[in-house]
Amino acid sequence: MADRLNTSAKELSNSEYFYGHRACAGCGGSLALRLAMKVLGPRIFVAIPANCMSATSFLHPQVAFSVNCMISPFPATGAVLSGIEAGARALGLKDYHVVGFAGDGGTADIGIQALSGAIDRGDRVIYVCYDNEAYMNTGIQKSGLTPYGSRTTTTPAGENFPGATGRKKDMFEIVAAHGIEYAATASIGYPEDYLRKVSKAALCQSTSYIHVLAPCSTGWGFPVEETVGIAKEAVDCGLWYLAEYENDEFVLNKMPKEFTPLEGYLLKQARFRHLKERDMEHIVHGRDKKWEKILKNWK
Amino acid sequence: MPGKKIFISGDEAVAEAVRMARPHVISAYPITPQTVTVERISDFVEDGSLKSEYLHVESEHSAMSAAIGAAAVGARTFTATSSQGLLYMAETLPYASGARFPIVMMNANRTVATPWALLSDHRDSLSQLDSGWMQVYCEDAQEAFDMILQAYRIAEDPRVMSPVMVNLDGFILTHTYEMVDLPDQEEVDAFLPPYRTENRMDLEEPRTVCYASLDEYMEFHMKQEFDMRKAREVIAEVDRDFGIRFGRQYGGLLEKYRCEDADAVIFTLGSVTGTARSVIDSMRGNGYRVGLVKMRFVRPFPEDEVVEIAEKVKAIGVLDRDLSIGYEGIVFSNVSSSVLRACSAPAMVNYIGGLGGRNISKDNIQEMFLELLRAADGEKGKRVRFVNVGSEYDG
Amino acid sequence: MDRPKIVRYEKPGRVEDYPCGAIRVGTLVQDNAGWRILKPVIDHGKCVMCLRCFLLCPDGVIDKSGKILEIDYRFCKGCGICARECKVGAIEMVREGGDEDAG
Repeated sequence: MADRLNTSAKELSNSEYFYGHRACAGCGGSLALRLAMKVLGPRIFVAIPANCMSATSFLHPQVAFSVNCMISPFPATGAVLSGIEAGARALGLKDYHVVGFAGDGGTADIGIQALSGAIDRGDRVIYVCYDNEAYMNTGIQKSGLTPYGSRTTTTPAGENFPGATGRKKDMFEIVAAHGIEYAATASIGYPEDYLRKVSKAALCQSTSYIHVLAPCSTGWGFPVEETVGIAKEAVDCGLWYLAEYENDEFVLNKMPKEFTPLEGYLLKQARFRHLKERDMEHIVHGRDKKWEKILKNWK
Repeated sequence: MPGKKIFISGDEAVAEAVRMARPHVISAYPITPQTVTVERISDFVEDGSLKSEYLHVESEHSAMSAAIGAAAVGARTFTATSSQGLLYMAETLPYASGARFPIVMMNANRTVATPWALLSDHRDSLSQLDSGWMQVYCEDAQEAFDMILQAYRIAEDPRVMSPVMVNLDGFILTHTYEMVDLPDQEEVDAFLPPYRTENRMDLEEPRTVCYASLDEYMEFHMKQEFDMRKAREVIAEVDRDFGIRFGRQYGGLLEKYRCEDADAVIFTLGSVTGTARSVIDSMRGNGYRVGLVKMRFVRPFPEDEVVEIAEKVKAIGVLDRDLSIGYEGIVFSNVSSSVLRACSAPAMVNYIGGLGGRNISKDNIQEMFLELLRAADGEKGKRVRFVNVGSEYDG
Repeated sequence: MDRPKIVRYEKPGRVEDYPCGAIRVGTLVQDNAGWRILKPVIDHGKCVMCLRCFLLCPDGVIDKSGKILEIDYRFCKGCGICARECKVGAIEMVREGGDEDAG
């Protein structure tokens, strides 16, 4: 079982559990899945709802997995994970992990009810939300995790609107409010930190949650080779944060001494290139307010 | 044979049967009038007489999704719902049946909003006839108990591998009490062996379930259909075997009551069957040649049996506790389609009654038979007629 | 199994032979090579085996089991993350059909 903590490229297995998929070149989400599965090993049951990952890897007869996997009904990842774990427990199976990979929609919007129920039940499952900040699989529409100012196909930017006007839901805090055993935010731009967090989730005896930022070059509009760089930049400029929730308290993992300029992150992406000065101010203000709270309340 | 008789409600009878069927995982979400079933099952889990994983899910959609997850690793599963809950989980029904998971679900028939109502009709389950689930309708608590056990045996048969919905009328059966014969656990175990299947994920030999198929979807779906057709013979086999072991046989897909020389028959589903039986006995006593067809399974549909009946009688009335707004009763449509194949078609009348729990009395049924006998003699009238209506209407 | 492999898919001859639910994993029928315009070429002289490219490839095509890193070009989509993230500049993205002798 996972009393191994695989956090370095050297230690990770050479085996590929997610391989030959048809996701876009440079897909952040696929990297998030691939790395998590390497940490958890081959004795896993993977549930993936309707999203880019399931749409590109389960098309009979092409199955781009070498581990047990299933597509779950879109709203139901949390419930399917509970069901798998209950069945495995009842059948006396040993030495396995049950893990789900849902996108922002499958986690924060249509999937939030089942996620909440899963945490409430406390079944030993790992829930990974790979966050590309829109409903990418259906064509880049706004989700509950789409940040302010983001152009999506349902929040176009023009004379009257600056793109999305809502706020990115604080899923990490919402999950933490359930009193979950372990939750963490991560980014594929800080892969070792992500691996470490997946390892910690694997050691939990009840539900755990990892929210990993996984940029999408197709939806965000940046050159495909920049995926990992953009994921790092999001943390460095303060628009994403690396933190954990365990033992009933929030812990900040990385406190940037100084944030890198927001323009360096936002204007590299076509989805933000329309932003006017007042929109940038709104974003800076939001970031600063959030960090004020973090620095005041988190360890 | 050993066992015991206890005085219990329909809901409790289902819970007792679930206890004896020993599912690995039960996903429970309450909805009137099924609540007593999930509550009683939780009692059995608490006192240790049922060793199952009991999942408190947060909605019906999750109830079926959790059952799907458990079935996906090869567990025997159970869930229960009714009305709005069944409709809420609607997308998961073809999900489970297409994945060929032999889940058994009890549905307490209750009407659907709006208007809101709590009492029984068949709008909920009949709206899901196309979902790939087998559907059986129980006449009393004993049959509900028996059918839960039979449902697992039928569903898990490798020739079938499809889920079963066991329907009981809400309140009329779920909340009324009768003496129910409970067999011994050993007898049940002999009738219903443990669930073993290759249709599951496996740690030694990884597999995928619930995948996508574009080019070959049609073939997968046809395979499911062909296996559902095999269910017809499996249902009959199981019915016979159950009869041998437990002394109760129900006739398979449908039961014919006093149809041998009947001029007019009425098709019924569920508890109203019992009322109809006593009307037939009394009318027969007065010389009327009337009979009853108790539709037990609506999926798979007993086509051949219906054709055979149609060729012998002069009038068929189908009593639908549902109405497909804009057309006619759903059971009537199903029956009519088979009757088309008969070489001689009887007069056909659709009786819509009992919606939202509206009572169907013996007098109502007697009236239906008298109309049908007149129709058999050539009297013309409306194809769709309504039973026990509170107001005047032109319609 | 180490990773999914390309297999020859034979359609079942009859509808009745289609799977009843579960099927084996790890079967691929198509490669992704045709997606590329550029492909990564590793200069093994420069490579220090830090394994960062292995770690960050979204498609997992860099094999670290041998003495030098090997790229499975059947499944490389040419995204260029490896070249971009290599800290010693050991990977170059070259046009398909270009000179492969970089080491």
